[in-house]
Amino acid sequence: MLRWLGERWGNPSSIHAHGQEAREAIEEGRARVAMLLGAAPQEIVFVASGTEANNAVLRSVARHDRGRGHLVISALEHPSIRATAGELEAFGMVVTVVAPEPSGLIDAGKVAAALRPDTRLVCLMLASNEIGTLQPVAEVARECRVAGVAVHCDAVQAAGKIRVDVAALGIDSLTIGAHKFHGPLGAAALWMRPELELAPLLLGGGQERRRRASTENVAAIVGFGEAALHAAAELDARHRHLSSMRDRFETGVRAIDDVRVHCQGSPRLPNTSHLAVAGVEGEALTIRLDLAGFAVSTGSACASGTVEPSPTLLAMGLSAEEALSSLRVSFGMTNTMAEVDSFLTSLAEEVSALRRLAPPVLAHPRLGRGGLR
Amino acid sequence: MTMLGQGSFTAVAMSGGLDSSVAAALLARAGERVIGLSMLLHDQSAKVRNGRCCGSLDLADARRVAQQVGIPHYTLRLDSEFERQVIAPFVADYAAGRTPSPCVRCNTFIKFDAFVERARRLGASRIATGHYARIVPGPEGLELHRAADQQKDQSYFLFELDQSQLAAACFPLGGMTKSQVRDEARRQGLVVAEKGESMEICFVDGAIESFLEARLAREAGTPGNDAAANSGGAEVVDRSGRRLGTAGPYYRYTVGQRRGLGVGGGDRLYVLEIQPAEQRVVVGGRDQLRENGLLGERLHWIGPSPTGDVEATVRIRSRHAGVKSRIESLPGRRAAIEFESAQEGVAPGQAAVFYQGDRVLGGCWIAGAECA
Repeated sequence: MLRWLGERWGNPSSIHAHGQEAREAIEEGRARVAMLLGAAPQEIVFVASGTEANNAVLRSVARHDRGRGHLVISALEHPSIRATAGELEAFGMVVTVVAPEPSGLIDAGKVAAALRPDTRLVCLMLASNEIGTLQPVAEVARECRVAGVAVHCDAVQAAGKIRVDVAALGIDSLTIGAHKFHGPLGAAALWMRPELELAPLLLGGGQERRRRASTENVAAIVGFGEAALHAAAELDARHRHLSSMRDRFETGVRAIDDVRVHCQGSPRLPNTSHLAVAGVEGEALTIRLDLAGFAVSTGSACASGTVEPSPTLLAMGLSAEEALSSLRVSFGMTNTMAEVDSFLTSLAEEVSALRRLAPPVLAHPRLGRGGLR
Repeated sequence: MTMLGQGSFTAVAMSGGLDSSVAAALLARAGERVIGLSMLLHDQSAKVRNGRCCGSLDLADARRVAQQVGIPHYTLRLDSEFERQVIAPFVADYAAGRTPSPCVRCNTFIKFDAFVERARRLGASRIATGHYARIVPGPEGLELHRAADQQKDQSYFLFELDQSQLAAACFPLGGMTKSQVRDEARRQGLVVAEKGESMEICFVDGAIESFLEARLAREAGTPGNDAAANSGGAEVVDRSGRRLGTAGPYYRYTVGQRRGLGVGGGDRLYVLEIQPAEQRVVVGGRDQLRENGLLGERLHWIGPSPTGDVEATVRIRSRHAGVKSRIESLPGRRAAIEFESAQEGVAPGQAAVFYQGDRVLGGCWIAGAECA
């Protein structure tokens, strides 16, 4: 990839030798990404982000039907789906949002029950980006196939961590992003069934078989391809390493009082552990852990870096307070068992420090003095 | 003096403005363990603008400065506290015919209370801010003093702080002038070195009247909300009750105000008093604006409460030069203040802050002009 940021500079649309070299690099990347998904290379459209791919699918469906019709999405979806669906709703589409069960899973029967004669698309992610639960995408796709409804699957969080096979899933389109499995930022892909048409989001040149105008980001695509190649080859080993760290962590965390693992009994990604830490603000815990050298997250962060109660947890029926006392822990391939152990030690320390420091709301020092006007 | 929490670092409140950025930079360069914390005080996510302490671009500047000086930076949501302790009382004050001082409340309840508490939970042993004021140890405890830069002095806005808040705070700019602060920012190459001042009320976008009208309209239907129910024009009367005309809604007016009364006549008229229940604005000539004293409520002393009357210079608004006065404490945290010479513009809702030299003794909130 780095060569494409330095000595190599060809525009893949150019006729000259440099251009041809760049074109070949992209097509090699395309084949590698396709292989990771069990797809054919020509079915892959390279885009700049998972958000772009999700927008492209939803907006294409909406335009096909002049903005009318019905859309079903799960409440777990990434903001790029939820916000786009919200805008399409404002323009006249009808949107049904299917809430998850307390298990963190979407009930396929509820999705089927939400279908209407004018339903144009169902969006269901493969793995929740927050709690990591694996959704019954294949089952939903079967139901939708019977009803003649297309299914879009956001697999950004899942790809590279579990096997993603578009044929086995039985879906119509799928989004993956490179940076979730050690690829570069700025490269993502939309897979679509070859018979489906995409009304492109960006118009202009004829790149990506007229499905996405823009000069290709060669370096990022090459890096994406390499990441896909490695992920496909090492999938089982990665799964073993990640899940053994996660399991060691979840065993160890039992020693900390009043900490519960969300959705532990549900099928989940191997690397994600989502905790409910009773009586502790996730925001303060995240900051204390960061100061102690551990990067974890809580809720979903906005651009200014503040914390909102996670819509996913709220949709699962948790109160705002419970949602704000959650912590999301993700393990990466470069983490070690020793790091898991030292993280457990720090977590226990910080949780007990916070419980000691944070008084109950009623003991707020100023409420007794001055008074409220 | 109690230490906060178990940690050993200072949390600097960073607004993204010049002053708090330099405060953070000075502490970081001095080798202290420092983290930067910004406060999201009201939801700005839908708007992008600059030059206000709460604008989202300012939070981005705070992050950039923290990166430049090499300290961690986090943003804390304090918007529900800010709404409850600053914005709602601000609206209620106007609705009650008072002239609020939201920056004092923000210091008392947000920066030196909610923020200190949040910083403490993160493990901070103290907080630092970019305020121009000084904390000086004295024989009776910590004292709050004016800043070295008299033009920039912000001690007026800090009069409600108590001993524990002063013990938890540090004002690195208290001994500096504004131009020294800017020079320091330039020397360190901070991205905010050329940034201007934020002078307006940070949560009001545009005119205060339209902000108030939108808020009061939203609150209309709340029982007992006089302002929302009576948002029609106010009657303009003189001291004898003679009707001179009608004006806009009474909450648009402030004691001492001259313009915008919509009443003709040869004499220049000033607002003397606002009577929300009657929807009246009482006006009169400049001579009638002078008051010999005031009645204060929610009296606060930074040090031990004095026994007997106190002689001090009292500032009755932030830009007031001050007047020598005698302060008498009354039961129920009330005070009667007698000015040495009559003062114009004694506005209920503003703070009266007591000084002896550079030292701030305390203050109170103006309930009304004293009828001597």
